[in-house]
Amino acid sequence: MLGVFDIIGPIMIGPSSSHTAGAVRIGKYAHLVLGERPTKAKIGFAGSFAKTYQGHGTDKAIIAGILGMDTDDNRICNSLAIAKEEELNYTFELLELDGVHPNTVDIELEGESGRRISLRGSSVGGGNILINKINGADVLISGKSAALIITHRDTPGMVAKVSNILGINGININKFSLSREEKGGIAIMTIEIDGGIEPSIKQIIQDVPNIVSVSILNAI
Amino acid sequence: MKYDSISELCRKAEEKNLTISELVLRDQAVLMEKSEEEVKCTMRTMLEVMRDSTKEGVNADRRSISGLTGGDAFKMEQRVKEGQSICGPMIGNALIKALSASETNACMGKIVAAPTAGSCGILPSVLMTIATERKLDDEQLVMALFTASAVGIVIANKASISGAEGGCQAECGSASAMAAAALVELCGGSPAMVEHACAIAIKSVLGLVCDPVAGLVEIPCIKRNAMGAANAFVSADMALAGIESKIPVDEVIHAMKVIGDCMNPAFKETAEGGLAATPTAKRLMKEVFG
Repeated sequence: MLGVFDIIGPIMIGPSSSHTAGAVRIGKYAHLVLGERPTKAKIGFAGSFAKTYQGHGTDKAIIAGILGMDTDDNRICNSLAIAKEEELNYTFELLELDGVHPNTVDIELEGESGRRISLRGSSVGGGNILINKINGADVLISGKSAALIITHRDTPGMVAKVSNILGINGININKFSLSREEKGGIAIMTIEIDGGIEPSIKQIIQDVPNIVSVSILNAI
Repeated sequence: MKYDSISELCRKAEEKNLTISELVLRDQAVLMEKSEEEVKCTMRTMLEVMRDSTKEGVNADRRSISGLTGGDAFKMEQRVKEGQSICGPMIGNALIKALSASETNACMGKIVAAPTAGSCGILPSVLMTIATERKLDDEQLVMALFTASAVGIVIANKASISGAEGGCQAECGSASAMAAAALVELCGGSPAMVEHACAIAIKSVLGLVCDPVAGLVEIPCIKRNAMGAANAFVSADMALAGIESKIPVDEVIHAMKVIGDCMNPAFKETAEGGLAATPTAKRLMKEVFG
């Protein structure tokens, strides 16, 4: 649901809210999902992004986000040079994807510990974004609320156990989705919540049997 | 509150004997779980960045990153200062400010997307100009931003505010309607007049394509922001005079969506059609990108 600051805002470095600010935010989300200093980035542009990315500074914007910058950071126009200084190697390629929003980007990141993540995001206008895939699993995250990304083995009762922990700790869920690769395989829960979340809750969820990993992603 | 009809929003404000801005501020404070003062405080920050952007671009020597644009707000200011503007000082000033904010954007300077960066000059220009003209304070301008936002939310929900989805009508058209709504409220017009001002503003730019030369938010975007500001004044003035749009605003917004859906992708920010496909545009693109 859109609010007034989705229309008036963000405060941003130009020139394009969808191709610059939205791109910074998708990059920033990838940065949060990775959770450590990125060393390699493979970026695939589709649709309008593919056709006009240089003109709108989308390349600089995505890299700025991956480096952790926000939409109003004055360093965005120098992000490619900053990436060199911070030893982030990046490549850009053009993709042809069917059935996706006109402004879509695929990002693959590798961090300093060797951790790898992938993400697909769309810039849907006015700087607003939707994250459509994380590590291959379908999600639908706007980045406006804090989110928990939980991977677990597909066994009965996992949703109940996790939501119970959140309930006991006074955390309200505003959006929930669950997808899995195959029955009994690895599943991914995406939970968006109102307000923030204490880091200690991450460990409590992590200790539940059959949980593989827990990431807390702040709102951006 | 659902933001899916401008008429419904206006009826609700009338029923409760509130201005649209008061109604929207109350609703948004609840939605964000914040006090009205906190929400207004965030909006004040937006207004400050907007104000700066209407001044920062008035510079004879500053050029965009591509080198294609810059210096036009300065030229317009010279003409207004000399008392030569054929639009008169008020519209003349609006043109300066709209050009300034848009040129700031093209230079990778700081702006507020309203609703988008490509249309970032229209609302700030209109607000700062009417503030000088009618001696309005920041409090009034902040409130007017809530009215403008509500219009933007409805358009985003029912049509689009993205050039890549709906063409320029969805960006500069939406910004112009938002600015017209703000103007009507600031000049003491009724919620019904807000509806007509929005409808008139959008009707005049229906079908406007997004055809940026070389894919850059510069040509024709910067000058279209000046047009969008002028269109907001024209539309608001007619509505304040009691002139009505025969087609209701929500139907106009639906027409905008249908037109956007039918629009060839060449005219939706892909830089493949319209002005972007002209021989001069192709030459400029070569000059910039080699």
